[in-house]
Amino acid sequence: MELLVVGLNHNTAPIEIRECLAFSEDKMEDALAKVHALPSIKENMIVSTCNRVEVYAATRETEKAIHDLKEFLSRYHGVSLKDFEKSLYTHVGEEAVRHIFRVASSLDSMVLGEPQILGQIKGAYDFSQQVNTSGLILHRLLHRAFHVAKRVRTETKIAISGVSVSSAAVELAEKIFGTLEKKTVLLIGAGEMCELAARHLVSGGVEKILVTNRTYERAISLAQEFRGEALLFEEMGLGLKKTDIVISATNSPQYLIGHDRITKVMKDRKQKPIFFIDIADPRDIEPKVGDIENVYLYNIDDLQKVANENIKDRQKEAQRAEAIVQDEVLKFVNWYRSLDVTPTIVALRKKFEEIRKKELEKTLSLHPDLSDKEKRSLEALTSAIINKILHPPITLLKQTNEEAMADLYLDALHALFGLPEKSLETFLKKAEEEEEKEESNLEDAL
Amino acid sequence: MNIHFFKFASFLYLFGTLAYLAYILFLNGALSKLAVMIISVGFVSHTLALITRYVEAGYTPVTNLHESLSFFAWMIIGILLMANLKYKVKVLGAFLTPIALLLMLFAFALPKEILPLAPVLKSFWHPFHVIFAFLGNAIFTLTFCCGVMYLIQEHQLKSKKMGAITKRLPPLNLLDDLSYQSLKFGFPLLTLGIITGAVWAEYAWGRYWNWDPKETWSLITWLLYAALLHQRLTVGWRGRKAAIMAIVGFLAVLFTFLGVNLLLPGLHAYSNW
Repeated sequence: MELLVVGLNHNTAPIEIRECLAFSEDKMEDALAKVHALPSIKENMIVSTCNRVEVYAATRETEKAIHDLKEFLSRYHGVSLKDFEKSLYTHVGEEAVRHIFRVASSLDSMVLGEPQILGQIKGAYDFSQQVNTSGLILHRLLHRAFHVAKRVRTETKIAISGVSVSSAAVELAEKIFGTLEKKTVLLIGAGEMCELAARHLVSGGVEKILVTNRTYERAISLAQEFRGEALLFEEMGLGLKKTDIVISATNSPQYLIGHDRITKVMKDRKQKPIFFIDIADPRDIEPKVGDIENVYLYNIDDLQKVANENIKDRQKEAQRAEAIVQDEVLKFVNWYRSLDVTPTIVALRKKFEEIRKKELEKTLSLHPDLSDKEKRSLEALTSAIINKILHPPITLLKQTNEEAMADLYLDALHALFGLPEKSLETFLKKAEEEEEKEESNLEDAL
Repeated sequence: MNIHFFKFASFLYLFGTLAYLAYILFLNGALSKLAVMIISVGFVSHTLALITRYVEAGYTPVTNLHESLSFFAWMIIGILLMANLKYKVKVLGAFLTPIALLLMLFAFALPKEILPLAPVLKSFWHPFHVIFAFLGNAIFTLTFCCGVMYLIQEHQLKSKKMGAITKRLPPLNLLDDLSYQSLKFGFPLLTLGIITGAVWAEYAWGRYWNWDPKETWSLITWLLYAALLHQRLTVGWRGRKAAIMAIVGFLAVLFTFLGVNLLLPGLHAYSNW
């Protein structure tokens, strides 16, 4: 069995192509079933988000499967393969494992570290389970991918800080006020920019929104949207006194809020801290306002700088995340390689051991007068002999990377020693159980 | 016996400090938990050191500089453990533990023998005086750390540097709040410490107030904190000004405690150390 992924993402394909090849949720079951019907495909799963379309599969005929999947994408969406083949990437085996681990950990996302992708992959996996197109191999692969994503999330700081201007504003507000709960925001201006920033703060927990605008009607309508309160433009002073955060985005050609005014306001506020976010261009708030004690003034460039710092941090963390992924890929590949040979090795060992035990018992019953020490010697001798005999073939099996060779050896061993056919499935199930036990132990330990 | 416990506690404070440093570097919550566990054990050992010394000496062991420093450190760790229960300011320990460790090292370098109690210290009031004064001082150490953290964090935010330091320090409002709360606890204790000291002075020297350097400086300290509390309550002082004042106040505390003993002769210098 070989794992593979065929797909495209935001790096390889423009939005037009991604749109063409996307699978909507209502068509997902149908698409999964159609892929599963391809004779070359044993297991499959489809991830379709606005940034990526990927088909994951387990197969015994790698080349044919890749070809079939490409054909399928073209046929299903009615797009000629020529139009998108250049955008497609194909990863096989270890590379496919690494790919899904990186995707799930959000290392392959447009916004590094964004949290949605994990949920999207979980969704895709659930779909494939519902229609029974994912089997034991994808099952194991996906569980490992979720595990890796979790490790990356907890062991690196990749998702700790926001990378957008709005999230930078929320982050700063939290460093000033501790929490946004029970805080009030005053919006000066009722434009789109104000609305967007306010929305972020509201989702951050801000309790009350005040809106003031030159045209009062627009202030009212925006206030209604947030279940806030509209103030006349002349009442701005009142708002400044009451609020904790000010977002200003008017079209005023000169400064709207000056140093002297805020100095006075701060006295009225009994020096309660205030956070000004000036996202207007040209600016609404005199820069000197930021020099006043307990006043924090950030304009759009400052916020962008903070956001950029966070992006840099994330990139640094991403390197650590890649190391985790590498580590997990190796673990998975080792397990995966052992899949084909392990049942045979176990069977072979068992066979030899049975022979040894039987013959040893026979000999011992013929010589009842042997001392314990002599019995132990015989035990050790026989064990040593079978171990020595089995060592070279087992090592060879474990080290054979080429599947065709491994198959040859396996068939030969089964024929030569009359080993029972032990199905991969029962073995996988057992491995799965062990895995789960191990994981719950791990969680208990944490 | 008490010295063994004392040494063990010092070792644990050292490891606690290291764990806190590692926490600051890696921002791994498990490390701060580890640090709290280590210093908690250190605190228990330290408590045993004080108890055994009390038993061995037969008096409350706050009579010479070694004992006072150790007692001061014990209080600081105690306050830290209490603050940890109420406030989620993990990084606080990274400031307070090294201070306690320094006090322990200093105490360790000093003569540690148990000597017969000087007659002037044989008073019902003396232990109270010292306990109140040091409890106040330990709380002011916390206020001081909050002030330092506040100034750093405020500078970061004002200069629009949102870097590694900002991430590691708590939000401004929390620091200011903790600073204010600790001031409200510390100030009455310092006041009690001075009053019980005066009562003791009356027994020991026949006068409530002798204007010896220690007394003068504790009055200065008291006035500084009184001013800070007053400004906070009435004018709404907060943030930067309050933080600077808390730092100045703590410098006065340090000078009253150590500077006076080491530099200025007076009635409080009843033993060499």
